[in-house]
Amino acid sequence: MGAFLGLFRRDLRLALRQGGEVGLVLGFFVLAVLLFPFGVGPEPELLGRIAAGIIWVAALLAAVLSLDRLFAADHADGGLDLIALSPAPLELAVLAKVAAHWVTTGLPLTLISPVLAVFVDLDPTAIPVLVLGLLIGTPALSLLGSIAAALTLGARRPGVLVALLVLPLYLPPLIFGTGAVEAILTAEGARAHLLLLGAVSLAALPLAPFATAAALRQALE
Amino acid sequence: MHRTRPTDPELVAERLACRRGERLVFAGLDCRLETGGALLLTGSNGSGKSSLLRLLATLLTPFSGRLLWDGLPVAQDAAHYRALIHYVGHLDASKPALTPREMLGFWAALRESAAPAMTIAAALDAFGLAGVADWPCRWLSAGQRRRLALARLVATPAPIWLLDEPTAALDSDGEARLTTVIAEHRAAGGRVAIATHQPLAVPDAAVIVLDEFAAPPEQALAALW
Repeated sequence: MGAFLGLFRRDLRLALRQGGEVGLVLGFFVLAVLLFPFGVGPEPELLGRIAAGIIWVAALLAAVLSLDRLFAADHADGGLDLIALSPAPLELAVLAKVAAHWVTTGLPLTLISPVLAVFVDLDPTAIPVLVLGLLIGTPALSLLGSIAAALTLGARRPGVLVALLVLPLYLPPLIFGTGAVEAILTAEGARAHLLLLGAVSLAALPLAPFATAAALRQALE
Repeated sequence: MHRTRPTDPELVAERLACRRGERLVFAGLDCRLETGGALLLTGSNGSGKSSLLRLLATLLTPFSGRLLWDGLPVAQDAAHYRALIHYVGHLDASKPALTPREMLGFWAALRESAAPAMTIAAALDAFGLAGVADWPCRWLSAGQRRRLALARLVATPAPIWLLDEPTAALDSDGEARLTTVIAEHRAAGGRVAIATHQPLAVPDAAVIVLDEFAAPPEQALAALW
């Protein structure tokens, strides 16, 4: 447990001291969302209908942007060797790093999303469901993303490769997250979608660390 | 589990072979590391010094041969074995934004051992880092970051030290501090394996010249298949 907490705290501290990276991801998210009213035109009806999709897609892309910093620095400076040599299982170390990644990307994205929802004319009654969906779904983005981040260690252009690997994996959270908002707007009830979204996150929670740890061991060989 | 000599376990490598990509780096390597013992790994560039240390650290898996701790294959209880070793590779693993004190605290936590502030201060002192203990690592020189990596050895105890070119970037004062720390570690029954080019004052060390175990290029792989 000491290793888990130590790693979690160190990654949070690093993110806070190098605040720029968290700011960049948030800035990208805000800008990507704000581009749509300019590109699609300011008609509230049209924008409102696609608002949830805009915010979710922008959140996915922002998450992809942040993935390369998950293991790359530790791989380059030899820290990953020491993490792998910890008596604690590597899977637990992965979980600690993913948790810190979520706190510094998924959580801020979720917290800022209600403001952006207003900009893209999302019906105010749907905003709580959007936020709840992001809160449930963004852990899956960090978890699934860690697999791609670990697989691309040592690749020459990791950024592009990460996006290609991980975006298909992000389809289920995207479908259920936007589906929940859609369901609220058509008065169907968002419960089923949110439950499925939760199922994606819960399934990724035990499975992704194993896949990621296996990929990291490969990278260390 | 039978233990013939519970007080005096041995690290034994039997017929180790290491393969990197399509190349067999070395083969048929035997070595042992007893209480208080020291191994000096020498050899030309690319002869596999670092690879042997990574094998001993379980970061690499041997292509053939096996590694025994206390008579048992280390792979059987890797977590237990990893708690016994300190590996200092040629990278320093220091984070530019964190201070040496924070780095040592983090590394101790990674080893699941709560190093009290006193021990960490002593480790910093042992390598002459007390003055820069609260600077961010980005202000440290290469030699100071090297000293910080070596201070890990003192901050948390471990009976087996695996050091890859520990004197790289160190000045003569740093080297003297390192040999003192190694001598104390061995006097207390610790073991150390060091890959190095420079002559290092490590008395009674067994020397392994890795070039002697270099596999002839073609036949080697074929023989092992």
